[in-house]
Amino acid sequence: MSPKTLYDKIWDAHVAHEAEDGTCLLYIDRHLVHEVTSPQAFEGLRMAGRGVRAPDKTIAVPDHNVPTTLDRANAETMTEDSRVQVEALDKNAKDFGIHYYPVSDVRQGIVHIVGPEQGWTLPGMTVVCGDSHTATHGAFGALAHGIGTSEVEHVLATQTLIQRKGKNMKVEITGKLAPGVTAKDITLSVIGETGTAGGTGYVIEYCGEAIRDLSMEGRMTVCNMAIEGGARAGLIAPDEKTFEYVQGRPHAPKGAQWEAALAWWKTLYSDDDAHWDKVVTIKGEDIAPVVTWGTSPEDVLPITADVPSADSFEGGKVGAAQRSLDYMGLQPGQKLSDIEIDTVFIGSCTNGRIEDLRAAAEILKGKKIAVKRAMIVPGSGLVRAQAEEEGLADIFKEAGFEWRLAGCSMCLAMNPDQLAPGERCAATSNRNFEGRQGRGWRTHLMSPAMAAAAAVTGKLTDVREMM
Amino acid sequence: MEKFEKLTGIAAPMPLVNIDTDMIIPKQFLKTIKRSGLGVNLFDEMRYDDNGDEIPDFVLNKPQYREAEILVAGDNFGCGSSREHAPWALKDFGIKAVVSTSFADIFYNNCFKNGILPIALPKDAVEVLMKDAEKGSNARMTIDLENQTVTSSDGESFSFELDGFKKHCLMNGLDDIGLTMEKAASIDTFEAKAEQARPWV
Repeated sequence: MSPKTLYDKIWDAHVAHEAEDGTCLLYIDRHLVHEVTSPQAFEGLRMAGRGVRAPDKTIAVPDHNVPTTLDRANAETMTEDSRVQVEALDKNAKDFGIHYYPVSDVRQGIVHIVGPEQGWTLPGMTVVCGDSHTATHGAFGALAHGIGTSEVEHVLATQTLIQRKGKNMKVEITGKLAPGVTAKDITLSVIGETGTAGGTGYVIEYCGEAIRDLSMEGRMTVCNMAIEGGARAGLIAPDEKTFEYVQGRPHAPKGAQWEAALAWWKTLYSDDDAHWDKVVTIKGEDIAPVVTWGTSPEDVLPITADVPSADSFEGGKVGAAQRSLDYMGLQPGQKLSDIEIDTVFIGSCTNGRIEDLRAAAEILKGKKIAVKRAMIVPGSGLVRAQAEEEGLADIFKEAGFEWRLAGCSMCLAMNPDQLAPGERCAATSNRNFEGRQGRGWRTHLMSPAMAAAAAVTGKLTDVREMM
Repeated sequence: MEKFEKLTGIAAPMPLVNIDTDMIIPKQFLKTIKRSGLGVNLFDEMRYDDNGDEIPDFVLNKPQYREAEILVAGDNFGCGSSREHAPWALKDFGIKAVVSTSFADIFYNNCFKNGILPIALPKDAVEVLMKDAEKGSNARMTIDLENQTVTSSDGESFSFELDGFKKHCLMNGLDDIGLTMEKAASIDTFEAKAEQARPWV
């Protein structure tokens, strides 16, 4: 048998039909659904008189629109249009008989945090969701990617997607990470290296010692941002850490099925002599704690660097960099660590897991915030409960952070968690696009520890100085 | 879905690179449960000021581009989120084709589901077409899907690559789901086999 990559192996196990021209029907094992990108898909089904083919493989949870304040059970905390979307999901989940975690359920949270937490996401699966950060689930060695609403409808109706196979890209992070450097710094540094279109047309497999050393939470952070590098999906081969994380979760296999699953999962790795269309290698020890300075996730620099000038770029990026500097209100040559911030947001599908909250708490313990507003939004109700049990919530509250209920919150600010134009935010989310967090908002992306450090000093800060 | 065969229309130049889906349709307009009506908010934050008034300098606000049906854009158009609201907004405004050197993958796929043709061309070709688009409404570009060409107002023609299946669906206005339903037997067979091989799924 010819050698295969992990992506090849998962792909081959899911082709339900292949046409002569190579167009495939890829079978989907898990379809995750949220309230923003699904209403038109369910409406399409109703209009065509179609049902959901595999309701047992379809899991829905509202996350984008939901308020994160403690009084959210009160319907008036939501705007009318948000309420209509959430109610539409309530109804669609009920009408079509799919698994559902409503706002009132303690297990509710960001769809990409709930899936792994409940054991829906397993190695070797195909996972899709009408959300680009579906790449997160690749941390389990699952082929996971975002789809549009028409494709959501297609998967609901047929449990398949019309696909052509992508190319294989290997991103190897060798050696050890230095203290203060985290999974977020890895994933941002990779995008800084390859650019936001560097992964277009590829599925990335992350490998190397620094990736192996990461926890499952860290691996999810790395894969989450594969899309920001242009790749549809990011993957990490499953190993003992993966199996240990999965075992015992509510929807993970049990007994004899667990043994059978494990036997297959252990075959899920890229063969030594597999073919790669593109290879990127980064030394782990070369990665520093980083922040973004511009309005594209590729605008990444170590916190010790200065704001670049637009002239230091080439081609169309010169104009884009100037536009970024103007939007961000920054001067070339200014030290990144001199940039003052107004707000800190810790949360999102990128960094809303328990390990992220622990990292923030370690910096915040016994300190007070020096910013106008700081907010921690756990990725799920269960993450919130665990953080309370571990005493992290007390640390956050004593430091002056708002301690919220679970949701996407300020990552894209579709819910009421928004601030005024011109305000500058240190955020652990995934996109720093113009207007992403609100009109005129300026977003700097970074790790939870770096965001916590910024909250304490009131400016972008090298977390290593506080360790 | 509407068929796409041949289009001659005004092209608007947007040379900015990395035009993302948040620029195309900001999140506050994603709270709809319909597909229609988003055109008025296309490029909302670039197109309107804080009072909701049009910014005259923005390309689609200029008299010569208000009826544009084609966009010629900088590299990596449509990067960011999976929101199909982006092609819905383009379509609702009247944009039927976008020309760039490259497109983000999910956006690219979403276009075809909505009768929009994204055309990827080499840098030199996009530069020629960008200059052509800058001439305004008298310069009309022609896109011929069957022959896979884009022709500038001066008659300079460029061929583009396209997946055969996507072309077929676009030219005939075909509904993907209907086509896949015809292969239901293959899906049934696969599902039964997969159930045996991986019963835990």
